Amino acid sequence: MSDKLTRTPMLEQDAAERITNFDEVALGYTEELMLKEASRCLHCKEPTCVDGCPVSVPIKEFIALLKAGDYAGAAAKIKEKNALPAVCGRVCPQESQCEKVCVLAKKQAPVAIGRLERFAADFELANGFEEPAKPAPTGKKVAIIGSGPAGLTAAADLAKRGHAVTVFEALHKPGGVLVYGIPEFRLPKRIVEAEVENIEGLGVEIRFDSVAGRLFTIDGLFEEGFEAVFIGTGAGLPMFMGIPGENLNGVYSANEYLTRTNLMKAYLFPEYDTPIKRAKRVAVVGGGNVAMDSARTALRLGAEKVYLIYRRSEAEMPARKEELDHAKEEGIDFRFLTNPKQVLGEEGWVAGLECVAMELGEPDESGRRRPIEVPGSEFTIEVDAVIMAIGTKANPIVPTTTPGLDVTSRGYIAANEETGATSRPAVFAGGDIVTGSATVILAMGAGRKAADAIHDYLTNSKP
Amino acid sequence: MFEILGKRVLRPDVFLARVSAPAIARRAKPGQFVIVRAHEQGERIPLSLADIDVKNGTITLIFMVVGKTTRDLATFDVGDEIEDVVGPLGRPTDIERIGRVVLVGGGFGAAPLYPIGRAFKEAGNEVVAILGARSADLLVYEKELGSVSDRVLVTTDDGSKGIKGLVTDALKEVLDGAGLVMAVGPAIMMKFISLATKPAGVRTIVSLNPIMVDGTGMCGACRVSVGGETKFGCTDGPDFDGHLVDWELLMARQRTYLSEEKQSLEAACSCGGGEVVR
Repeated sequence: MSDKLTRTPMLEQDAAERITNFDEVALGYTEELMLKEASRCLHCKEPTCVDGCPVSVPIKEFIALLKAGDYAGAAAKIKEKNALPAVCGRVCPQESQCEKVCVLAKKQAPVAIGRLERFAADFELANGFEEPAKPAPTGKKVAIIGSGPAGLTAAADLAKRGHAVTVFEALHKPGGVLVYGIPEFRLPKRIVEAEVENIEGLGVEIRFDSVAGRLFTIDGLFEEGFEAVFIGTGAGLPMFMGIPGENLNGVYSANEYLTRTNLMKAYLFPEYDTPIKRAKRVAVVGGGNVAMDSARTALRLGAEKVYLIYRRSEAEMPARKEELDHAKEEGIDFRFLTNPKQVLGEEGWVAGLECVAMELGEPDESGRRRPIEVPGSEFTIEVDAVIMAIGTKANPIVPTTTPGLDVTSRGYIAANEETGATSRPAVFAGGDIVTGSATVILAMGAGRKAADAIHDYLTNSKP
Repeated sequence: MFEILGKRVLRPDVFLARVSAPAIARRAKPGQFVIVRAHEQGERIPLSLADIDVKNGTITLIFMVVGKTTRDLATFDVGDEIEDVVGPLGRPTDIERIGRVVLVGGGFGAAPLYPIGRAFKEAGNEVVAILGARSADLLVYEKELGSVSDRVLVTTDDGSKGIKGLVTDALKEVLDGAGLVMAVGPAIMMKFISLATKPAGVRTIVSLNPIMVDGTGMCGACRVSVGGETKFGCTDGPDFDGHLVDWELLMARQRTYLSEEKQSLEAACSCGGGEVVR
């Protein structure tokens, strides 16, 4: 097979070594590897890859700049459309987006667009960048609720257009799911910090410890002089299965498990004060990226055995391919077509998980074949911790404290898909608080669209 | 950063810290709480409010030294700054005109009852306060709670002050005619108050204190079982119907990190930290 047909692999920490630390697993391309991969791009006259990108990154253009050796130029090109390139290069599900529709994907392996994006972004973070010229201030104040991917994208886009942007963050650090959810070994926190610093460099102010709906209300923001508000409050309370034993000690939601480890640095306990149970045998329930992150975190916290319990088969798994591969390499024991029936306890603590085998029936409303229990197939695995990674519900705080803000039947904020406009004038929303659990890049896409709509509203339609 | 403007030692292991937090003070209602992170390496822990002063822009935190974070906080002095104070969190206590409201404070639970009692009093209720402790020297906030109550009953286990016995003994004297009982304190005390009011059919509200991390409806650490349903302390609570709470579950979950708390304190002490007060 010629070099042209295969993707250039990325350097990685060895699996046996990396499960003993929280350092980044994927180490990125060297310059040589990058150039080799960039040379695979065909520079299609009418590229299809860009259609697969929720924020329309000019892919062939930035790859051309990489080939020409203008790495800073490549980074600047990406940042025209993407405020968080070092993040996206690491956590985007490229295989279901840009790389899926890359022309090369039809006959051979697609160009590793995400890895190239990461190279350009990391080059800029390492070498610094020229501060973009400050736009003329419009004198208009915009409030952004939440500093996750949706909020940061909207903030950057609006600041670039001269609006005075204030971001209100409930936690004590910026980044939302990028700091509390995605682990250090997949997205180092220094990368998030650097990207946030760049956004602050655009003139965006971030206020911490500021819980919308509690410390202030949306209506209060308008009284304070803000002229438009974007709500990007993200994921809400974790879902549980509703099976017996779920409140036993040792049953975690993935949100709690990951927040303790990532945001609060429980893996450095007792140097950091926040504790986490160092379980020896762990079962993670779910099949998405959050489930992969939880399973691989459990390993790094010292678990000897980590099961991943998923009720459908591998083909239906929503996790990013690279995470699934990494999890397999690290020795996670995947139990596909398996579903928990109850958590077994001993003296208030988790002692086991009773499961049942599943088989796939007719397709359900999601288009995937519905998993059905195989009668009489119950079995028990011995574990001392269970992590539920089966999604989240809508956080009710903002909707219940904002009169006139319509929500869907499931409690998410009802917002126009193209503009983020809500039932309240001048109030826009996007990300997980609108769509339910989705990806970083989809939230960023929603932030981008809402920023466009907010800019339009402030410039043209505001009474 | 949140500056400490005043500090009071209520007893060797219980502290009040008056903190400059004008935005929180403006919004906080009785029954709500805050999450505090003392310093960069600190844990996020929920603390009750012993007072809310809108005019001066302060809130007063009450805490007992039980773990590393509260021990660190106890070392903070006037002029020191707390890294993070997040709030007001949780739903406020429902304040309405009921008639006779009995407030039961166990241990330092008397302090968070002060702003709640004041609100009930201002709403036109007859407020009866019951304070209990093991002995007289462990009672706190008797004067303050008394200033917003029509009557105060004190109980001590050893009889060193007031009625010799438990808060449930004093409750018997005033339960007849009460429209609402509200209990704040250790889970075991709130459980027995709820058991005592149930046969009489008196509505009983308890302020639960499960372990929390973010406190804003994201992590799910604070789940409690109420009436057979899983609820979240931070967004559904902290106030719940005491007759419906699964007390054994609450107490078991509160014990999740006992061994780690000990480890955390030992690690801090071995590298030069002070001594545990309690």
